[in-house]
Amino acid sequence: MKVYQFTEQPYFPAWDQHSGSLRVNLLNRKCDPRVASDLFHRYYDEWQLADELGLDIMLNEHHQTATCMSSTVVVGLSVLSRITKNARLLVLGYPIGHRPDPLRVAEELSTIDVISRGRLDMGFIKGVPYEFPASNQNPVGVMDRFWEALDFIIKAMTTHDEVFNWEGEYFHYRQVNVWPRVWQEPHPPIWSTTGSTTQARLLGGRGYVMATLGSGYNTRPLYDAYRRGYLAKWGKAPGPDRFAYLGLVGVAKDRDEARRRGDLVAGYLRSSGIVHLPFRNPPGFLSAEDNARLLRGQTPPRSYTKDGRVISMHSASVEDLIAAGILFCGTPDEVYEQIADFCEYCGGMGNLLMMGHAGYLTHEQTVDNLTLFAREVYPRLKAWRQPDAEQVAAQAVAAEKGQPGSMASARAGDLVDAAIGGC
Amino acid sequence: MAVASLSEPGSLVVGGTRIDLIERGAGRPMLFLHAENGIEPSAAAIAELARYARVIAPTHPGYGRSELPKGMRTIDDVSYFYLDLLDQLDLRDLTIVGVSLGAWIAAEMAVKTTARMARLVMANAVGVKIGDRETRDIVDIFALTEPEYLEITYCDPSVGRRDYKSLPDAEVLAAARAREATARFAWNPFFHNPRLKSRLHRIGIPTQFLWGTHDRMLSEAYGRAYCAMIPNAQFKLIERAGHFPDHEQPKVFAEEVLKFAKAEQGPYRNPT
Repeated sequence: MKVYQFTEQPYFPAWDQHSGSLRVNLLNRKCDPRVASDLFHRYYDEWQLADELGLDIMLNEHHQTATCMSSTVVVGLSVLSRITKNARLLVLGYPIGHRPDPLRVAEELSTIDVISRGRLDMGFIKGVPYEFPASNQNPVGVMDRFWEALDFIIKAMTTHDEVFNWEGEYFHYRQVNVWPRVWQEPHPPIWSTTGSTTQARLLGGRGYVMATLGSGYNTRPLYDAYRRGYLAKWGKAPGPDRFAYLGLVGVAKDRDEARRRGDLVAGYLRSSGIVHLPFRNPPGFLSAEDNARLLRGQTPPRSYTKDGRVISMHSASVEDLIAAGILFCGTPDEVYEQIADFCEYCGGMGNLLMMGHAGYLTHEQTVDNLTLFAREVYPRLKAWRQPDAEQVAAQAVAAEKGQPGSMASARAGDLVDAAIGGC
Repeated sequence: MAVASLSEPGSLVVGGTRIDLIERGAGRPMLFLHAENGIEPSAAAIAELARYARVIAPTHPGYGRSELPKGMRTIDDVSYFYLDLLDQLDLRDLTIVGVSLGAWIAAEMAVKTTARMARLVMANAVGVKIGDRETRDIVDIFALTEPEYLEITYCDPSVGRRDYKSLPDAEVLAAARAREATARFAWNPFFHNPRLKSRLHRIGIPTQFLWGTHDRMLSEAYGRAYCAMIPNAQFKLIERAGHFPDHEQPKVFAEEVLKFAKAEQGPYRNPT
């Protein structure tokens, strides 16, 4: 198993100064650039520590928000390409649905791949719903734009012996020839996220690494949909390295201190949903059918505990978050057991996207959190034996035949998508 | 064309795309182009207009149950679709009546050709940019809650309020489709075509602007400036109506439209 250390680089000092929205329209007057600078340097120090501890690194970007100061992930990737030595650098995700110029994306990421000497993992997403008002890209038709942009980026990274032409539905270039060319052949690994079984199957067909967030004990149907799509296309089962899961982590020698850390890390979940209501679901982000259900007040439950209870991850207690597989929290033994148990439930999962810093966790707590995890949990996770991939995939195929009701889960998943901006 | 009833619209296939279409009344033809909130066959304005005219009221592509042609993304695209419809139905001496986004479609049609048109009515029309680049002419309705939206678009917000939990499924889906289709056509640039303004001088048929005085999504100044860009267009206010005067004051709206449509043709006859 690989573990990627992730933080959203929050500007938490402004979290108590909002009037109903931490995103898009929270005025930047509330951002003190000196405080922001100190925080950026702190977060880069913590990622450098993660690198030294043998962890990999994940970055993302959001826009016009105090929840995440990284507004262009290329800056973070650039800094980390230079100051880290071994860590893989995963961007998850790069919101190409918000970007008007995929050529620029291909150029930026190719350069990062070269500077980092082939350590880049490229996670592409369409972007979260509430940032369409910020980017002003049309949320209607964003998936068509997403796939055209992705196809273009791949072609731009893999074409080395000709200058090519692209005149598509959305993007037009006549002389494409990206310098520098990518370090990793044929291109850096591609990742994406989804909360929809329909999209999960499609991602399986493409063979990309699929990540989910907050799906907890509702993750298995997504992974199984991916397995079916992968199997149908590639004639074999996807290994655990094709799956990733974002979990919050609070670990400490002492159980009570671990719970305190878990509570601070959960500040991410409690702040991430605070956004001006009309921005939460822009037109076209969900299908008209899903929007009709929302108008009727039908909101599908999002997160489940292992024993089937529905929780809201934005307001749940630490204990419920642990029970839902959203937060892994406790002593090193407990955290190891929680993660291994969750991976078993998933039928195998090879990439833990670890939110080892979030919310109000201090620098000292973060350093201890990462160090303890790397030294006492990670070695055991590496040694943990993943379930047999072929056997799990065969079960997924058999399960689908016995469950004609899979559309309901696809629809619920599409709604979940609104929260994570996956593909 | 399938026959429409009072409760169910008929349908029409234009260029392979099936749309809903209400056709009611007899007399000179009148094409009614609905606003961004869609249209119901039971709309009072349609009934009022149909007392004196042959009203043809299509549901725009992507709205209601109407299909969306592949690749249709702009109001410019929609205007060509409706010019095809005029040809297909061989409509002549036509009065076109558009409300808000429907008026934008009408203007985009009229700048291309008025060969089949006699008169144009534009109610609380969107479609052009009037102010400077930092002045928002049109309120960002996608940044509003539903109550806020109703507050600025109606004189009496209760007229626009809908209880989605008790509406038939088809109407709820139509509301969701209307929101999506409107964003498709009007998200960016926001409710206007930057090219349209320089083409409005081509509209050489008598044109009447009607303006609900309580519209706070658009200002009256916006409407008057828009009107001034179409040669000899007239401007008239409708009291106690907001952005959708056809919906809020259907009788007055229809009276004004019919008065204008039935008037003797002025000096700006269609040159063709």
